[in-house]
Amino acid sequence: MKITLKVWRQKDANSKGAFKTYEHSHVSQDMSFLEMLDVLNNELVQKGEESIAFDHDCREGICGMCSLYINGRPHGPLQTTTCQLHMRSFKDGETITIEPWRAKAFPVVKDLVVDRSAFDRIQRAGGYVSVNTGGVPDANEIAIPKKIADEAFDAATCIGCGACVAACKNASAMLFVSAKVSQFALLPQGQPERKERVEKMVAQMDDEGFGACTNTKACEAECPKGISVANIARMNREYFSAITSSYEVMAKGGGD
Amino acid sequence: MKLDSKAPEGPLAEKWTKHKFNLKLVNPANKRKYDVIVVGTGLAGASAAASLGELGYNVKAFCFQDSPRRAHSIAAQGGINAAKNYQNDGDSIYRLFYDTIKGGDYRAREANVYRLAEVSVNIIDQCVAQGVPFAREYGGLLSNRSFGGAQVSRTFYARGQTGQQLLLGAYGALNRQIANGKVKMYTRSEMLDVVIVDGKARGIITRDLITGKIESHSAHAVLLCTGGYGNVFFLSTNAKGSNVTAAWRAHKKGALFANPCFTQIHPTCIPVTGDHQSKLTLMSESLRNDGRVWVPKTARPGLKAADAVNIPESERDYFLERKYPSFGNLVPRDVASRNAKYVCDEGRGVGTTGLAVFLDFSDAIKRDGEATIRAKYGNLFDMYAQITGDNPYKSPMMIFPAVHYTMGGLWVDYNLMTTVPGLYALGEANFSDHGANRLGASALMQGLADGYFVIPYTLGDYLAGMPYEKVSTDRPEFKEAIDTVQSRINKLLSIKGKKTVDQFHRELGLTMWDYCGMSRSEKGLKFAKEKIQKLKEEFWSNVAVLGGAGELNQELEKALRVADFIELGELMVDDALNRSESCGGHFREESATPDGEAKRKDDEFAYVAAWEYKGENQPEALHKEELIFENVKLTQRSYK
Ligand SMILES: Cc1cc2nc3c(=O)[nH]c(=O)nc-3n(C[C@H](O)[C@H](O)[C@H](O)COP(=O)(O)OP(=O)(O)OC[C@H]3O[C@@H](n4cnc5c(N)ncnc54)[C@H](O)[C@@H]3O)c2cc1C
Ligand code: SF4
Ligand code: FES
Repeated sequence: MKITLKVWRQKDANSKGAFKTYEHSHVSQDMSFLEMLDVLNNELVQKGEESIAFDHDCREGICGMCSLYINGRPHGPLQTTTCQLHMRSFKDGETITIEPWRAKAFPVVKDLVVDRSAFDRIQRAGGYVSVNTGGVPDANEIAIPKKIADEAFDAATCIGCGACVAACKNASAMLFVSAKVSQFALLPQGQPERKERVEKMVAQMDDEGFGACTNTKACEAECPKGISVANIARMNREYFSAITSSYEVMAKGGGD
Repeated sequence: MKLDSKAPEGPLAEKWTKHKFNLKLVNPANKRKYDVIVVGTGLAGASAAASLGELGYNVKAFCFQDSPRRAHSIAAQGGINAAKNYQNDGDSIYRLFYDTIKGGDYRAREANVYRLAEVSVNIIDQCVAQGVPFAREYGGLLSNRSFGGAQVSRTFYARGQTGQQLLLGAYGALNRQIANGKVKMYTRSEMLDVVIVDGKARGIITRDLITGKIESHSAHAVLLCTGGYGNVFFLSTNAKGSNVTAAWRAHKKGALFANPCFTQIHPTCIPVTGDHQSKLTLMSESLRNDGRVWVPKTARPGLKAADAVNIPESERDYFLERKYPSFGNLVPRDVASRNAKYVCDEGRGVGTTGLAVFLDFSDAIKRDGEATIRAKYGNLFDMYAQITGDNPYKSPMMIFPAVHYTMGGLWVDYNLMTTVPGLYALGEANFSDHGANRLGASALMQGLADGYFVIPYTLGDYLAGMPYEKVSTDRPEFKEAIDTVQSRINKLLSIKGKKTVDQFHRELGLTMWDYCGMSRSEKGLKFAKEKIQKLKEEFWSNVAVLGGAGELNQELEKALRVADFIELGELMVDDALNRSESCGGHFREESATPDGEAKRKDDEFAYVAAWEYKGENQPEALHKEELIFENVKLTQRSYK
């Protein structure tokens, strides 16, 4: 296959970026999208040009490190991560535009690499159960209905990639934050800190400069892990009852 | 150098309890006077950093990814073992210990392995308390499965994402300590050297991967939780960034490297499709429960999966079932891998590269129906279809072995300390618990055992004997280490050669795979050693690394790692040469039974081979830690 690539190149956070066009003639259908870029990068280096910087690590769709806004869609045309996308999803002769995630809270670091540390700071605000190592009860002392456990698991599978933010015209992080809030709101282990958790995580999310929810579900449509917008609805209820009701009411399950 | 394992005396089941009692403690009020560096935030590092922060130590944690949550541990799929015996099927700490030491082909320390089995039960409690959503039964209690041919169901799992869920649990605990100010987190930061002051590890040198700034960090102790070195083969199931640099730098500063040739090759991975291949994807080995492995009886180059259905039964060779009638397709990982290699070496491999065998589900689908197979393996089949574009419900899968895990690593004593005082190694980075072969679902267990339940005790014992005084990073030892790092970087940038880093890495990987992979011989290894030495020379005179030192430079990052992989490769070959027995994942062609199976030589090789760095281009010195088995009887494996 032959393709034309229009790639965003930007030297660093403070420089202005621009698109650069590359003709790429050594593409095979079996390559993953990132392998296609590897091959291009090796050719660039051999020609004495600097390679294109992009984030990636596991290349198995689980670490959440890869990103890329491909032809106007985060992670490209399929609902999967960029590392799991293959060139057979594109046509011979196609022009492919590659940009970094665009969001105020995700500043560009270089080329296609962005800074997603805002996500870590939101998790740090309360995305955990406050237990120390040791001194915990036997694992089977906490029985959890399978249905609840499965629902919590579905929310917990978020890989923190940021596609939801990139997909949203307001660059909202609601899907990401609600996934963690939901996991713990559903599980018995999350109950003692249920109120503070949602309050603190939402406050941090706002501080980071993510926008408000558009209710267009663009995030859900692009999330590679199929995180449901039902989590956003749950987080809204959690947040509302947290700020309006006393702790006791919430602990009894108020607002859900 | 005399290697002292520090394994406690006394009955196996009492060793750890007794040892914990004998360890010195640091008074709670004094813990804040000690600084600890934790490099790596995978399961081992995140759990260690969080637990040490909770105890009151000042921790600095480092990872090269943009977030601690992205460590390679995130990718583990199948599960984590623990001797809970929730299924009432006869499991016990002793049985898990026994299975692990036997699975490791008797090349691990009894005391360590027993401790691992002992604390395994605490790990599950801890993770559940953190809210890790393990699979559950309808009654609400935890579910287990049997894994990797184990006779009991002791594997806990979270669908096919166990590593992710365990790591997110540890990441939460770590975040809590970061929020409390007890851990300071450095992301996109790569350790490039360890600093020794007065014979003790007192700090590290890092490179900020965004700004390129070289920084010094001092502490009272340094913990390396930097994972395995499978990427020495270029193609492996490891994450692209996984590397040996931290461990290798420590090795060059005096930490012995143990059993480097012990690597694990996993039989069920998606085959290579071409030169562009950048990594290999693992398919859970549970597939072998229902899939039948075969190749055509006579070579049919280029045979496609879609055409396989037209090959009549009489022309198929189900080689595992034929050679191992009692275990069939469920022989252990190394046996399955080696036999796939043999049939491909004979030219009977399938697919465009000839480096693949079929894993066929048609009989299982005929027997149980497509719905049943979908319920069991649906997500794996989907993943396969997405990557290959083939439909495994209609035609067989193609699989081939891939490097998956490294049992070797930095030598550590029972306290997880390397031969450098104050320098510890945890998780896959150390050599400790898996001997010559690791059982499925036991790496996650070991990483978390080391981080949550071993190091919080053993580190205190060392620190209790240390003065509170901090060492300044202005000391000459730090300056010298910075200079070394900087001149290495400058050197790489100044070569301006013709070959890319990836080209060197691929070449190294291929050599390792061909001669130090599934099957090794003296002749092949000697040839590989020469090749690697030449490659090293060429690398340092012809590598192309563009860009500058003071910026995000991914080519430079790779070059620094590959330079270390090349040196490690040579040591792996030396180690494989020395060990002229077959054991675990290490198959030496000269040491086989008349019917071609692995033959271990306990009278000659029941030891840990620990290598000491002796200087640039000098042969490394071998030190042996004899393994003493007081509780288990050594038996040869047989799967016929
Ligand atoms: C595909 C796959 C599936 C697996 N499935 C299972 C399974 O089902 N069960 C099981 O038990 N095991 C499994 N394993 C093995 C297991 O995942 C690993 O052995 C284990 O997770 C290693 O954990 P770790 O904490 O030691 O290291 P890692 O998770 O590899 O973490 C290494 C850390 O060190 C950091 N680091 C490395 N070098 C540097 C440096 N120079 N400077 C700064 N930071 C550095 C990295 O940033 C990272 O944070 C699997 C492995 C693979 C590849
Ligand atoms: S919610 Fe989905 S898109 Fe958003 S970070 Fe998580 S996995 Fe990525
Ligand atoms: S590289 Fe890990 S999700 Fe894509």
